[in-house]
Amino acid sequence: MTTVTKTENRATRTNETGAEGRGYFGPQVNIVETKDSFVLEAEMPGVSKDGLEVLLEGNELTIQGRRQTGVPGAEPVYRESSPRDFRREFVLDPSIDTARINATIEQGVLTVTLPKAEKAKPRKIEVSG
Amino acid sequence: MKLIQRQNSDLWNWSPVEPLSTLSEEINRLFDSPFGEFTRHMKLFNGWTPALDVYEDKDNLIVKAELPGMKREEIDISFHDGTLTISGERKYEQKNQDAETYRAERFFGKFHRTLALPKPVQSDQAKATYKDGILTVTLPKTEEAKPKQIQVNVN
Repeated sequence: MTTVTKTENRATRTNETGAEGRGYFGPQVNIVETKDSFVLEAEMPGVSKDGLEVLLEGNELTIQGRRQTGVPGAEPVYRESSPRDFRREFVLDPSIDTARINATIEQGVLTVTLPKAEKAKPRKIEVSG
Repeated sequence: MKLIQRQNSDLWNWSPVEPLSTLSEEINRLFDSPFGEFTRHMKLFNGWTPALDVYEDKDNLIVKAELPGMKREEIDISFHDGTLTISGERKYEQKNQDAETYRAERFFGKFHRTLALPKPVQSDQAKATYKDGILTVTLPKTEEAKPKQIQVNVN
């Protein structure tokens, strides 16, 4: 129906370098659309509010999360998690009111609420005459 | 690696939302990743397998699990006969009834990871914390398992 807030996995396709040259990879996201807004959830385990950056440039939204990996003073014995930081870029739907974007992070899940502009919301038009 | 005993997770393969991202896209992501991340993507075929790391220092074994977006009470940790089990269920919360889903890459439902610990530990002294979506279980090693410095006198 509507143009999806189209995902551009540029960061995961190219070998960009992150903090300490560790590189980035794209977090897993859910995107839903409601009557009033788009809601994006991204899994960024290990990222606190301090390590998080949400950048808006024109209609491009970049989410980036840096995290402390490993345990200070301890040796890794077995490792499945990625040592890389998170980064993913999104092209926003033109109906989004970029001035009112809101972001929160709780237990490693970033939630970005992207409200639709008033004019983009569906409304009923009364027929006169 | 024999350290991790993988559970057959077919049983736990449940998600109320069909993953909408296309298979080819997931395969692209897979091949863009180094092999260390391969296990992360195994959930494509096997449900949710949270990544586990094991660290060791002088006194402790430290197990970390990536469990973003859970509540403390949804995580169970048990220890039996040298084996640590981390399990739980991440419940899917549909906050908006009229919402239309565009992307569903996150996994919901049950998970179960079992880990045979490489060293004997004092399980009654174990401590667990959950912060920023990472569960950290600290298990103090038994006295016998700790490295000892032996004084050697040379005449």
